[in-house]
Amino acid sequence: MTRFLPYPILTACLALMWLLLAGFTSGQLVLAVLVAIGAARALKALGEASPPVKRWLLIVEFIGIVLYDIVRSNLAVASILLSGEGRPRKSGFITMPIKLRNPTGLATLAVVLTSTPGTAWLDYNSTRGELLIHVFDLVDEEVWIDQIVNRYEKPLLEIFE
Amino acid sequence: MINFSHADVPLWAAIVGSAFLLVGAGLTLIGTFGLVRLPTFYERIHAPTLGTSWGAAGMIMGSMIIFTAASARPVFHEILIGIFVTVTTPVTLMMLGRSALYRDRSELNPGVPPKGADDLSTTDENSAETLS
Amino acid sequence: MNVLILSVTLWIVQAALTLAMCLCVYRMVRGPRAQDRILALDALYVCAMLVLLSFGVRTGSTIYFEAALIIGMLGFVATVSLAKFLMRGEVIE
Repeated sequence: MTRFLPYPILTACLALMWLLLAGFTSGQLVLAVLVAIGAARALKALGEASPPVKRWLLIVEFIGIVLYDIVRSNLAVASILLSGEGRPRKSGFITMPIKLRNPTGLATLAVVLTSTPGTAWLDYNSTRGELLIHVFDLVDEEVWIDQIVNRYEKPLLEIFE
Repeated sequence: MINFSHADVPLWAAIVGSAFLLVGAGLTLIGTFGLVRLPTFYERIHAPTLGTSWGAAGMIMGSMIIFTAASARPVFHEILIGIFVTVTTPVTLMMLGRSALYRDRSELNPGVPPKGADDLSTTDENSAETLS
Repeated sequence: MNVLILSVTLWIVQAALTLAMCLCVYRMVRGPRAQDRILALDALYVCAMLVLLSFGVRTGSTIYFEAALIIGMLGFVATVSLAKFLMRGEVIE
């Protein structure tokens, strides 16, 4: 498994993508599997380490949390943009320490923070483990830090480390 | 290759798909409206994410529903666009945010967090201060 | 009935997306700084991609899907290289 097929999930995703683009026929299936295996072996030659994933159920739960938050923050930001200058809104930067070190986990956190409108990932300092984000509707800094640590970082820590 | 006319689309798919299309286009419009209205760059960086998260997702879901119902077999290649947009938006926004931070810091503009002692951007020698 | 619903929806959707593209162009022309223009260009790319998706639904053909995918990819590369240019003053180091 590890010698012949270094990244099983990546291989499956690549084959599926090929089939979605080229159409589901048996000839394309053979070609898709061959291309996907070749690409995975080429990536293996580059020496990328496969991320260790321990808890698959938690991933499903995490995706659910993130989708719910994306819908919620979409509505929140859209209502702020449409409401005009009803109430004074303050936006600002937050510098927060995070414990997450795994590169795949950090990339996932970046995707989550950017996909939810209202938070934007700006900078990450790997030597101090400090994250600089910009928050659109900054009412209370502690609430945001608490939300990011408890809702996103904790599951990611459990999944990847 | 799929080809259908609008008469092939069942009524329920027309209604549900239209609702998704309208939500997606509306959110994208609100996002770009924010892009025009918000006063500073760091606030404006939040506005297009409306279009790339549920704006794009709504359009993709609507398109998928209408295509699937009209051609009577599952059509979901549009999901590739959704995955692609979701994965690439963080990269572009992160690069833009970092370059904006870098430019504001090198011009000593107010309202920007100071850089740490060992930040990456301190080692930059070719500054882009002359651009504006 | 279903034809009427779809044509009215697509009319509204394409009008909204065109207006969104106009707003992006306005921000791109106004600036005031280079990063604002690049951000507006990125949003313009996304809007163009969504307009092509709606064209696909209007004509009922999948040929627009490939065009939308390519616009998305080109927009990503363009924005990243422009942001890189802002940071370093050159694209290829």
